[in-house]
Amino acid sequence: MDYKTVLTTCAYCGCGCGLCLEVLDGRLIGTLPSKTNPINEGKLCVKGWNIHEFVQHPDRITKPLIRKNGALVEASWDEALDFTVSRLKEIKEDHGSDSIAFLASAKVTNEENYLIMKFARAAVGTNNVDHCARL
Amino acid sequence: MYDAIKDRVTELLSTGEIKGFLALKSENGHIIPHLYVSPEEIDQLSIGDGGTEGDGRYPLAKILTMLLKNHAGERFGILVRGCDQRALKALAAWNQIDLERVVPIGVSCTEERATACACALPYPDEWLEGEQVAPEDPRPVEWEEKGPPQRLELWRAEFEKCIKCYGCRNICPMCFCKECSLESADVVTKGEIPPDLPMFHLVRALHMIGRCVDCGLCEEACPANIPLRALYKKVNDIVETRFQFRSGIDQKEQSPLHKIVEPPAAI
Repeated sequence: MDYKTVLTTCAYCGCGCGLCLEVLDGRLIGTLPSKTNPINEGKLCVKGWNIHEFVQHPDRITKPLIRKNGALVEASWDEALDFTVSRLKEIKEDHGSDSIAFLASAKVTNEENYLIMKFARAAVGTNNVDHCARL
Repeated sequence: MYDAIKDRVTELLSTGEIKGFLALKSENGHIIPHLYVSPEEIDQLSIGDGGTEGDGRYPLAKILTMLLKNHAGERFGILVRGCDQRALKALAAWNQIDLERVVPIGVSCTEERATACACALPYPDEWLEGEQVAPEDPRPVEWEEKGPPQRLELWRAEFEKCIKCYGCRNICPMCFCKECSLESADVVTKGEIPPDLPMFHLVRALHMIGRCVDCGLCEEACPANIPLRALYKKVNDIVETRFQFRSGIDQKEQSPLHKIVEPPAAI
């Protein structure tokens, strides 16, 4: 028997609420707000309260998928990245850099968000960078 | 610190009398719930002292209910303040847990904590830490003094702040229903904030009849600072006045909802 709570930070937005993920016998079963976190002081929003749900959700995408003949098909990372690079190049060539936009995320680190911004401006040549919450 | 509790838990775990001890632990300056399964880890024990004494309270009775359901036949120890023990007794009265499988280890709250919680019963039946204190129990008189139209207006202003996080329900040790009215489209409109006024909060208040043990976790969890306890205290007072019942005092006494009784005098 094993019940523990794992102190972590909410990944849903940039506020940084502290929460405890409840783990029972190796499975995530719930979320509790951290009572001692100075950001949220024992409170959470509806997303934070339910953040444990996506981790083990059967609909969660765990492998790259490429749409082939109208259906999503599992692919290797190499194939997926090659496909993305070649299509981005094609689109940029045919329609110009500003036909492409990049949506960053609160779920990743500042450094990763910096990288996607740098990639958009320096590599692709567009200022179309926004947050996934405005998708 | 807390040597009396640590010694008792070590004894209970070593003899196999309990499978685990549900309490709190201190980790990286924070307080989190933890199930102690071996005496070796008991040094990390916390009774919930965050910035001030006792402010790291978690719904331990709710977690225990889940543990008892998932591990049939096992016995557990649990750290209890007065509020936690009231929740355990109320859960037993509602047939949610079997107290034969629960070994409470008590802490009596300090006057500072009891006053901060406005708690009328800040100690369990027995305790190994703390002294018995009896603070005043301030009632939400500011609501009582106003007339019904003013009160409705004030409560609507409070309820309008609701962001429908369901935190009050999620953290409530007495919210054990498999299906919740607050998620029923018949009662609450989906996808709207604030939720239906004042139905959302009044449905929850009515469902606290015979349940609410006045632990105050709901109000602590509310991001909108709605004075939920004042609402449920009023419900509790009506139930006590009309039916001479207060939840969480006697685990053998069922709530008025479970009994066929003479109706009380008209309000």
